Amino acid sequence: MNHRAIRAIYLFEMARTWRTLLQSIVSPVVSTSLYFVVFGAAIGSRISQVEGVSYGTFIVPGLIMLSVLTQSIANASFGIYFPKFTGTIYEILSAPISYFEIVLGYVGAAATKSIILGLIILATAGLFVPLHIQHPVWMLAFLVLTAVTFSLFGFIIGIWADGFEKLQMIPMLVVTPLTFLGGSFYSIDMLPAGWRTVALLNPVVYLISGFRWSFYEIADVSVSVSIGMTLAFLVICLVVIWWIFRTGYRLKN
Amino acid sequence: MSSIISVANLSKTYGSGFKALKNVNLDIKRGEIFALLGPNGAGKTTLISIICGIANPSAGRVLVGGEDIQTSYRKARSLIGLVPQELHTDAFESVWATVSFSRGLFGKPKNPDHIEKVLKDLSLWDKKDNKIITLSGGMKRRVMIAKALSHEPQILFLDEPTAGVDVELRKGMWEVVRGLQQSGVTIILTTHYIEEAEEMADRIGVINKGEIVLVEDKATLMQKLGKKRLTLHLQGKIASLPESLAHYELELCDSGATLVYDYDTKGERTGITSLLGDLRTAGIRFNDLDTTQSSLEDIFVDLVRTS
Repeated sequence: MNHRAIRAIYLFEMARTWRTLLQSIVSPVVSTSLYFVVFGAAIGSRISQVEGVSYGTFIVPGLIMLSVLTQSIANASFGIYFPKFTGTIYEILSAPISYFEIVLGYVGAAATKSIILGLIILATAGLFVPLHIQHPVWMLAFLVLTAVTFSLFGFIIGIWADGFEKLQMIPMLVVTPLTFLGGSFYSIDMLPAGWRTVALLNPVVYLISGFRWSFYEIADVSVSVSIGMTLAFLVICLVVIWWIFRTGYRLKN
Repeated sequence: MSSIISVANLSKTYGSGFKALKNVNLDIKRGEIFALLGPNGAGKTTLISIICGIANPSAGRVLVGGEDIQTSYRKARSLIGLVPQELHTDAFESVWATVSFSRGLFGKPKNPDHIEKVLKDLSLWDKKDNKIITLSGGMKRRVMIAKALSHEPQILFLDEPTAGVDVELRKGMWEVVRGLQQSGVTIILTTHYIEEAEEMADRIGVINKGEIVLVEDKATLMQKLGKKRLTLHLQGKIASLPESLAHYELELCDSGATLVYDYDTKGERTGITSLLGDLRTAGIRFNDLDTTQSSLEDIFVDLVRTS
């Protein structure tokens, strides 16, 4: 194992985060705070409790997931796309480093950033609403699992993208709608029966449901299904990445 | 001298069906400077890319330091430093950070003394804290060399190292390369500048249309293929050559004002003495003469045209 190479990539990516602190950390925190103001305070004050939890408190796990999902994808996809764009990928490809180690460096850094961000948003949420986490270990487990899985997904998008438009396309056109429709701001039980069935096709529902369960022990689907679905998505991403490196897709001629 | 790189039956066909390399066989000797010449699209960069792990071969085998580049890629790649043709650099990193990153990527422990030496050798020391985006093109090129040298490679690939570099900087770069050779590094450079190969290389390989057309010691190559040309400036123009001079295969130029004779310096006889005697007999007089030797460029153009 070339642990120095993993460390080099990891620290390089983390250095980019600190260099772009405003964009990486501050702006998601600001936008999340705005969600609290709009949904939590303004609209939430007119909504009664959801399954025994005040609306402002109810949306906290969903908001964290919303940021963790989008930021994991953005960080990881940009992290690997940028060397492709500038051409510095030549150095990664010509270094004595395995594909697994490359993924570990990039995805590890992207996931770390998302987890830090998730925790910062959690702390920010604590300023707006009272929080009580029933299962902190499970909460962390869901956070880490989601950050890693969606960083892997972002890594795939970064390899696939051959322009900035494609880099933005999947996060904007697929992930954001899925996250909004995945129960960030409501319980899918609130939906009419037909739409509830449709919502269950959305993988994000399972992530948010499991994460929310770790906070309040309320869930749209059972926790084991949530974990199972997240792990399934993780495995799918790993298989795709294995295939990418095996074939050299969009990396090697 | 033993081979440090051994390329055997290497072929590369791109997805489009274009055959970039056709059954290439090549051995690079330890400690030499090897210049790979070839026109655009000849396959130089593809060959380097495969050896360095950036492109996959379609067929064939490459050993670097005795290690197979595919089955033993870690050992093989750790011996190589690569300076690609294009200026691929990070924009916002400092020189020091990017060169240190390269060392880490190649699995070497931190060694600030080595990085300092590399930066000083390349006259980059006073720029070590500058962001790369602020550097000139020539400096960026040197940063790329510094990155390639950061992990103390035994082999250095320089793909068109002096393309777009001014004359002074080019000569400076040659000095650096010579210094590296003296420290035991094997250097493979591709170039468009024949002058560069002539100046730097111990051996020269010519690649054209994906095939190695020739590999030769530079001196031998120039001697073997270097023909000389004798040009005689005649006192008066002549309309045609007398029959007695036919076997010299002379060429009458400038509307009969000059005579051109090509001869081989390696031949047993150049034929110059008898030619001059026969010219006097035929009553053809001249008031000046000069000789020129083919440059490597002539040889190269010749090879590429005929291959």
